[in-house]
Amino acid sequence: MRDFDYHLATDVQSAIEALRNSEEGKIVAGGMTLLPTLKQRLAAPSDLIDLGGIDTLRGIAIEGKDVVIRAMTIHADVGASDVVKKAIPALAVLAGGIGDPAVRHRGTIGGSIANSDPAADYPGGVMGLGATIVTDRRTIAGDDFFLGLFETALEPDELITSVRFPIPDQAHYIKFKHPASGYAVVGVMVSRTGGKVRVGVTGAGPCAFRVTPFETALEKNFSPDAIAAIAVDADGLNTDVNFSAEYRAHIVGVLARRCVAALMD
Amino acid sequence: MGQFGIGQPVRRKEDVRLLTGQGQYTDDINIEGQAWAAFVRSSHANAKILGVDTSAALELPGVVAIFSGKDLEAAGVGVLINEAAYKNRDGSSMHKPPRQVMPTAQTRFVGEVLAIVIAESAELAREAAEAVEFDFESQPAIASTARALDADAPKVWPEFGTNQVVHWEYGDESSVEAKLKAAHTRVKVDLVNNRVAPSPMEPRCVVATYKAADNMLTVYSPTQGGRRLQTMLAKNLLKMPMDKVRIISHDTGGGFGVRSKMYPETVAVAFAAKQLGRPVKWRGDRVETFMSDYHGRDQINHAEMGLDAEGRIVALKLETLLNVGAYLSENGVRLPMEGGGRIIPGVYHVPDFYFSVRPLFTNTVCTDTYRGAGRPEANYITERLMDAAADACKLSREEIRRRNFVTQEQMPYATHLGFVLDSGDFAGTMDMALKAAHWDTFAERRKEAEARGKLRGIGLAVFIEGAGSRPVEGMRVRFEENGDVSVIAGTYSHGQGHATVYSQLVNEFLGVDYDRVKLINGDTANSPAMSNGSFGSRSSMVGGGGINRASKLIIAKGKKIAGHLLQADPEAVAFEAGVFKAGAGTMTIGEVAQASRDPKKLPDGVTPGLDEEVTYENDVENFPNGAHVVEVEVDPETGVLQIVGYVAVDDCGTVLNPFIVHGQVYGGVAQGVGQALTEDVLYDDDGQLLTASYMDYGMPRAKNMAHVEALFNVVPAKTNELGVKGAGEAGATGAPPAIVSALCDALTPYGIRHIDMPLTPEKIWRAIQAARTGKAA
Repeated sequence: MRDFDYHLATDVQSAIEALRNSEEGKIVAGGMTLLPTLKQRLAAPSDLIDLGGIDTLRGIAIEGKDVVIRAMTIHADVGASDVVKKAIPALAVLAGGIGDPAVRHRGTIGGSIANSDPAADYPGGVMGLGATIVTDRRTIAGDDFFLGLFETALEPDELITSVRFPIPDQAHYIKFKHPASGYAVVGVMVSRTGGKVRVGVTGAGPCAFRVTPFETALEKNFSPDAIAAIAVDADGLNTDVNFSAEYRAHIVGVLARRCVAALMD
Repeated sequence: MGQFGIGQPVRRKEDVRLLTGQGQYTDDINIEGQAWAAFVRSSHANAKILGVDTSAALELPGVVAIFSGKDLEAAGVGVLINEAAYKNRDGSSMHKPPRQVMPTAQTRFVGEVLAIVIAESAELAREAAEAVEFDFESQPAIASTARALDADAPKVWPEFGTNQVVHWEYGDESSVEAKLKAAHTRVKVDLVNNRVAPSPMEPRCVVATYKAADNMLTVYSPTQGGRRLQTMLAKNLLKMPMDKVRIISHDTGGGFGVRSKMYPETVAVAFAAKQLGRPVKWRGDRVETFMSDYHGRDQINHAEMGLDAEGRIVALKLETLLNVGAYLSENGVRLPMEGGGRIIPGVYHVPDFYFSVRPLFTNTVCTDTYRGAGRPEANYITERLMDAAADACKLSREEIRRRNFVTQEQMPYATHLGFVLDSGDFAGTMDMALKAAHWDTFAERRKEAEARGKLRGIGLAVFIEGAGSRPVEGMRVRFEENGDVSVIAGTYSHGQGHATVYSQLVNEFLGVDYDRVKLINGDTANSPAMSNGSFGSRSSMVGGGGINRASKLIIAKGKKIAGHLLQADPEAVAFEAGVFKAGAGTMTIGEVAQASRDPKKLPDGVTPGLDEEVTYENDVENFPNGAHVVEVEVDPETGVLQIVGYVAVDDCGTVLNPFIVHGQVYGGVAQGVGQALTEDVLYDDDGQLLTASYMDYGMPRAKNMAHVEALFNVVPAKTNELGVKGAGEAGATGAPPAIVSALCDALTPYGIRHIDMPLTPEKIWRAIQAARTGKAA
């Protein structure tokens, strides 16, 4: 790890100021991606601005018809939250299945979403549940948030403060874990709200996405059979040494059907 | 057999210390004034080294020194040795390129050490290593085993004009070919034995310190026994007197074969410490472990078997390609012939055998011994052939094996390449495994799984090993002033639990309290002159046998002393459970040991002390064998395989401690499961390592395992006094063929008869897809 200046921010505005004043500063939330990168000397920020001291960025609450999770809430807290388990159990399952206990007790929802790791779980949840990202200066629809591999709609000095998840009638999340890393090779979140269906996918592509042909078909006929014949295009999906784009495309369909089947039980 | 004697499931003495963080690994060692090392490693798989510029790095703060290959060469440092001497079919010698500690003209694999940087801290050393500038001329590389012999493949050593190290063979090819042609049934298999990263939990670490006043070099490092490394370092590399080089391994976090070798980094750190007159420490990270620890396996095998009308084997032909990497490591090239070859064709009687081995150079790190060291590869081939033969002969998998087993009546039975099997009940062991696994009621479980949408399969593998390699070892038993008894071992316990088992043996043979026995090992300064270390499942026979022989000498001498002091004829002194008895008089062994220190209390001609050191020797190794039965379920939609049942029956001869043997079986099975399901070292076409972290390289996880029911079918070895057979490598040997057999059984509806390891979900899914479309078309 190379040397850097460390700042423990006390509020959102001072964190943004510190970031703006630094040469090549980096925000650290839980640090579950950034710290390994630093240790491997793959990144060398001049400054590290830690959000860990900002208490107002933690907490989970129902606001209107949404579950609002503040940005620095750790995965373990979301997974164990009675509020989340009652309102959106699939989201608690998703959070409770991220990484391992050590990661879940450090990693945060805001950090995960801001990073747009193609294999992270939360982005799939954001797409599948139709969440809204709240920042220090605006709100961004989840559908418009993830732009590509490690690329989001955030401005360079913009901080996520919370994520609003509308409470669906039903939702289900299934992850196909990578045998080495445990990350999502594919993760699928299917939700139903009124007559609307969302199918959010993580792991398969450069960033999280929705499968609209599945959604349209499921809105007409909510059953695994309704999407069995719809192929997901492998073009542009991820390939690694273990799993090809073609396999990932196939697994998106398998997991979506299994989510639907689980919701029909 | 007392509470702590032979065969008792005594809990490991080592565990409280190791599990409460009191182990002393090399990284726990820090020496006053030490500097830190980091290595400059090659980023090219094949490149000419045109020059090196260290000036920028040397100017960085805290940098002490930088040495590259040229500096070592100038200082007269020797080359890493290889003792293999195989001949080609035409009688010519194998290619044996020298291996410099750090190359001066050409780098041949990614991760190869090119320079060592010494600085005041590990961070500064790393930073400076990044600032060392090598000027390379990159050249095309070859990493693939399958393509290494292609005419247009780049040559790792252009001077040889080929990547082939040697074309070694055994047997009469034309005779075997004729028998295969004439056979009633002929089967063949083509198998990839996947390359794996041994992955000890502890990365390599070296601390070296040199005292100029007495020209003494001390090297701390995780090893499997230091004497061989001491010899190499002293004689071949640094050219120092043997007694001026000391190697110390307190605790070692996993050996698996890969920790028994001399690595360039060790030499470079020791050289730097000597050159600078200052302690130097290097701690490798996980990426370095992946790049520079030797890998295991990496063979391609083509095998054919001929059988008669009754399904009895008439001949076997085996052609092996072995990827040895860019250089010849210490043992890598020998594994097919001496590791695996001597037990091929396994537990089966094969009248005629032809075996061809072509080790190949590639631009990859060397391969070498990894848990099983050639025997897992060999048994995998034989067992895949037997499954193919069962299909072709329309016999069940157990029946084809039963018809071909070497029987106890045929023993002693000489294998083709020079082993003589003394004992083993192969049919009985297989039957035990089949029974424990409820083989005969499998159909019911398959049906039940089908109802859940799963394909269930059951697999069988019967295997044999050769254990106890290089059966010569020094063992000393020493009586301490305080009443403790020390076992000073030439073997080295790096996880096996020797402190426990050796204490049991001393308790058994000499009646000394289990808790009073201590193990001293891992330091060349005090280990017996003959000290080979621990590898090849040898310590039960050579270490245990050594304690047994030393104990006999101690008892004989003790009888003389006790007889003298009890005023009895030594012949009339009996020894039992730690007590010498003569008539009504008794002396405990502790009392005799105490008395033996006083010359006045000794009879004429008896030297003081009760200690004994023996060099255990045996002419032969031993032959652990066993049978594994595995049940798996496959999700046909995703190709995900789950092991759902596992039975391992081992004949490891007399069991010294079933608790410890079971631990060896579980660990070995886990490594076999890893090779079968998840582990695969991959290089791309340019020789770049694609699997250099646990994010990409699939170590087996708990969920990949099932409960392993471990049972014994004890047939004591006839060739060593304890009747033991090695137990360390059986699990890794039995698991791969049993798991592949189970998968193929599960995929019977699709007619899939083989998939190469690792059995990843995508491979299984693709095979099913291909079978489905094949059927549709």
